[in-house]
Amino acid sequence: MWNFIYKLASPKYFYDMAGKLVPWFGGLFVLLVLPGLYGGLVLAPADYQQGDSFRIIYVHVPSAWMSMFVYVFMAVNAAIGLIWRIKLSDIMVSSSAPIGAAFTFLALVTGSLWGKPMWGTYWVWDARLTSELILLFLYLGFIALQTAIEDKRLAARAGAILVLVGVVNIPIIHYSVEWWNTLHQGPTVTKLDKPSIHISMLIPLLLMALAFQFYFFANLLMRARCEVLEREKHSTWVEALIDKHPEAKHG
Amino acid sequence: MVEFLAMGGYAFFVWSSYGLSLLVLALTFIWPVLQKRRLLQKLKQAHQRKSQLARRQQ
Repeated sequence: MWNFIYKLASPKYFYDMAGKLVPWFGGLFVLLVLPGLYGGLVLAPADYQQGDSFRIIYVHVPSAWMSMFVYVFMAVNAAIGLIWRIKLSDIMVSSSAPIGAAFTFLALVTGSLWGKPMWGTYWVWDARLTSELILLFLYLGFIALQTAIEDKRLAARAGAILVLVGVVNIPIIHYSVEWWNTLHQGPTVTKLDKPSIHISMLIPLLLMALAFQFYFFANLLMRARCEVLEREKHSTWVEALIDKHPEAKHG
Repeated sequence: MVEFLAMGGYAFFVWSSYGLSLLVLALTFIWPVLQKRRLLQKLKQAHQRKSQLARRQQ
């Protein structure tokens, strides 16, 4: 176990292994997203109250789940990076942020597009919507902080502290629909009872959620590989890699 | 097919949600691909400069 972690923390080993995993995760994303879309857009029946507008759920809910999952993933890695000074954890945090911001943006915009026909408004300062908007600002704040600080180690530490302070927003988002009497509906899937959604509507949702999960990890590893390459540019293994790179011989 | 595209009258909301999701996920995917290409080019140039310098010094 420790031997594995030690090897994983070696940049070259990580670079090679991540390179092998990316196509697998990408493939699984495609394999899950296609039946998810077909099930959600074609097979699932229209909702008895919302008609076909409910189909927005298949992009809205997975995005919203991912917006929170990515943040928690960042917070865990930020803590590891702060405590054990593992560079790979810092790379995981900074590579996750743009993807998390993208999911948060999607959750907000698709929610807005769902709100208009159902609630009669694109936006309302409801607790769930407001706390999700704060999440977007946390992601953007983190990204701004990373670009503002030149020194990578300092940037990682400052960023980690920001991420850890902001984690308080995650339970607020999750419980906002229970703590405050707001317009956004309560949970239908993530609750202790049986989900109050029919199986033909639930399966595509779970497929899409899993697909987004694989999308995140594929994209994360692609970004992390770039970052590793940049940080290790003076090492012998990167020099050897550049030497072998086909374009290097001509251009 | 027309009925499917009409989405029971919610076509605008449903298809712009899906279209936007596709666009954002595509851009998020493309970004590291371009970034890696740029980085490899930069590193390659630096590498060539270094080897030229080494040759001249010999």
